[in-house]
Amino acid sequence: MTEMTYLRAISDGLRNEMRDDDRVLLMGEDIGVYGGAFKVTDGFIEEFGADRVMDTPLAESGIVGTAVGAAVVGLRPVCEMQFADFVSCGFDQIINVAGKMYYRQGLPVNITIRLPSGGGFSGGPFHSQNPEAWFMHSPGLKVVAPSTAEDAKGMIIASIRDPNPVIYMEHKNLYRHVKGEVPEGSYETPFRARVAREGNDLVVITYGAMVHTALEATADLDGASIMVLDLRSLVPLDEEAILSAVHDCSKVIIVDEANQTCAAGAQVAALVAERAFEDLDGPVVRVASPDVPIPFSPPLEAAVLPSVERVREACRQLLEY
Amino acid sequence: MATSSTDVQIGPNTPAREHPAAHLTTDDRVGLLRAMLFMRAIEERAMNLYRQGKVPGSFYDGFGQEAVSVGATWAMAAADRLCVLHRDLGAHVVRGVQPAAILSQYMGREAGITSGRDGNVHFGDHRTGCVGMVSMLPDMMLVAAGMAMAFKLRGEQRCALTWFGDGSTSRGDFHEAMNWAGVQQLPVIFILENNQFAYSTPIKQQFAVNPVERAAAYGFPGVSVDGNDVEAMFEATRVARERAICGGGPTLIEAATMRMHGHGAHDDMKYVPKALVEEWREKDPVDRQSARVKELGVDVDALRKEVRAAVDAAAKKALAGPMPDPATATDRLFHPRDAEEILLQDGTAPWSGFSLMRPADRPSR
Repeated sequence: MTEMTYLRAISDGLRNEMRDDDRVLLMGEDIGVYGGAFKVTDGFIEEFGADRVMDTPLAESGIVGTAVGAAVVGLRPVCEMQFADFVSCGFDQIINVAGKMYYRQGLPVNITIRLPSGGGFSGGPFHSQNPEAWFMHSPGLKVVAPSTAEDAKGMIIASIRDPNPVIYMEHKNLYRHVKGEVPEGSYETPFRARVAREGNDLVVITYGAMVHTALEATADLDGASIMVLDLRSLVPLDEEAILSAVHDCSKVIIVDEANQTCAAGAQVAALVAERAFEDLDGPVVRVASPDVPIPFSPPLEAAVLPSVERVREACRQLLEY
Repeated sequence: MATSSTDVQIGPNTPAREHPAAHLTTDDRVGLLRAMLFMRAIEERAMNLYRQGKVPGSFYDGFGQEAVSVGATWAMAAADRLCVLHRDLGAHVVRGVQPAAILSQYMGREAGITSGRDGNVHFGDHRTGCVGMVSMLPDMMLVAAGMAMAFKLRGEQRCALTWFGDGSTSRGDFHEAMNWAGVQQLPVIFILENNQFAYSTPIKQQFAVNPVERAAAYGFPGVSVDGNDVEAMFEATRVARERAICGGGPTLIEAATMRMHGHGAHDDMKYVPKALVEEWREKDPVDRQSARVKELGVDVDALRKEVRAAVDAAAKKALAGPMPDPATATDRLFHPRDAEEILLQDGTAPWSGFSLMRPADRPSR
C-alpha cells in the first residue's frame, strides 16, 4: 500500500494498464507533451511514446469517434475530455455510435471516456458541470464515479477491461484534496456500491465528491448513527445495496452535486419509492444543486453547490421527523 | 492546339491515364455486374415487400447508385474495414452478406443482421469487416478514421473506407474527420456519394464550393469520378487504397451520381425536375456495365436470370423466417466481461488482384 492522491491513483491505474496491455492507448487534448490539463498523464509520453499518449486535434467528436473505430479493430482507447463539460461536443458519437453498437450489431465498443467533472473552484458554467445523468439516460453506457483514491485506481482499471463503453467520472475537487492508501499493482474495484460508514438511524446515499461532504456533515450529528452509502457506479446501479441500506436505516437522504432534475439521485429516489416504501419512516429527501448553470463568483457558487451545512441541516430535519 | 483528321499522328494514341479496366480480368468485370444486379434485384424485391406491408417503417434504396458501392468495395482487401451507408447495399453484397439475411433485415426478422434491433440498411455484419451506419451523418467518417488510425499505429498495411452523402459535408464531423485524417495521414478513403439531393435539399443549397476541392485544404488529394461507372469507381478506389497502404495518407473521392428514387419509399420526389431524372436514366450504371460485359461475349440475360432466381429463393427463405421473440427486446445491452472478445472479421474480397499476388505480397494483418 502507498499513500497517494486521488489524481495519482488514476495515473497509477492508467500506467498499470498501459504496461500490462499494449492495446491500451490514451487520447485527448494536451495529454501528451503537457501531461494533461490536470497532469493526470504527466510523464506518460516519456514512458509510452506519442503514439500511445496521443495529443489529438481539439475535437471531442473526433476523439470519441476515432476511439470507437480503433476499438472495433482491437485497441482499447481511453479518451480524456479535458473538462467533463466539453463532452457535449462529442455527445452524438457517445450516444448514437458507441452506446448502440453492441445492441444493434453485436459489436462491443471497448472504450473508456474520462470526464473531469464538478465544481467548487470558480470554474463557472463551462468548467464545473456534473453531466453523468445525460449518460445514465442513454442505453448501452456504463457510468462510474469513484470517490476514494483506492477506488479511483481500481475503477479505471475495471473500466479499461470492461468490453463496453464506460463513462468514468473523476471529480476535480478530489484530485488533490483526497488521499488514501492504494494497493500496489493490478486490481479491480467492482461496479457496485460500498458502505463508506456504517449506521442505522439514517442513510445518506451519494457518490463522487459528495461522499466526502456527506461524511463530514454527519461525522458528529448529535450522536445519531448515520450510514453513508457510496454508490460508486451509477450504471449499473447497485439496487440491492440501496434497498438494503434503506431497510436498515428507514430514513433516506440522497445527495447529488449535479442539477436536481433527473439527476442520478432522482433515479435512486424513484427506486426507493417503488420498492422500499414499506421500509420508510419519513419522506425521501434530496439535496442537490438547483437547476441553474453553476455560477462563477464564489458566493454564488457556494449558494448553489450542496454544502456540508445543507446536508447536515437536511439530516437533522429528517432525524426529527 | 486544334487537331484535324488530316494531321499526322506521332506516337501511340493512348490517353495519359491508364484504362480503368487495366487491373480487371473478365471475371472481375462480370463479377462487378453480378454484384450490381444483386443489389438492384434485392432492393426491387424489398420495395415490393414494402408495398405489401412486409417491410416496417420506410424503405431506402440506392437505385442508380449501384456502381459507387460495388466498384469501391471490389478494390478492398479482406483485412480492410468498411463503414457502409444506406445507398451502399452493394458493399454488403461484395463482402459476402447473403441476400436472405438482407431481406430478413429489411423485414425486421430474427434472421436479419441486427435480429430486428435496427431497420433497413442500418446494419453491418461484423463477420464481413463492416460497421453499420447510424442516422446521424457523417458520424462514420470518424469511425473509419479511427480504424485507419489503429492500422497505422500497429504498422499494418490495411485501409479503412467509408461513404457519405453531399448533405453530410455540411456537418462538423465531416471537418473533424477530414482534419484528423489529414493531420495523422491515415490510410483511409472517404467516398463522397454526391447524388445531388440530401432528402429534398439540392447541392446548391448545401455548399458553395464542391467539397472535393476541400481535400487539398486538409492536406490530401480529392478526385472526382463518374459514380455511375463501376470500373472507374473501382480504379479510383484501387489507386486510393494503394496510396493508403503505402503510407501516402487519405483520399477523398467524389462519386458523381444521382439519387433516382425518393429519399425513402414514402417520398414522391416531386421536388426533382423530371428532365434531370431522365438525363440520368441514360447513364444507368447497370446498363453501362451490361453493355461492356456483353461485348466480352457474356450472356447477360442468363446472368440476370440467375440473380433473379437467387433473390426469389432468398425472399422465400426470409419470408419463412420468424419475427424476433419480444422477450429478447432488452437482451444484449452489454457484452459480458467473461465472454469472448468480438472484433470485426475479414470479409470477402473477390478482386482477382488479391489472389494473383504472391502470398508474401498479399495484404495481411
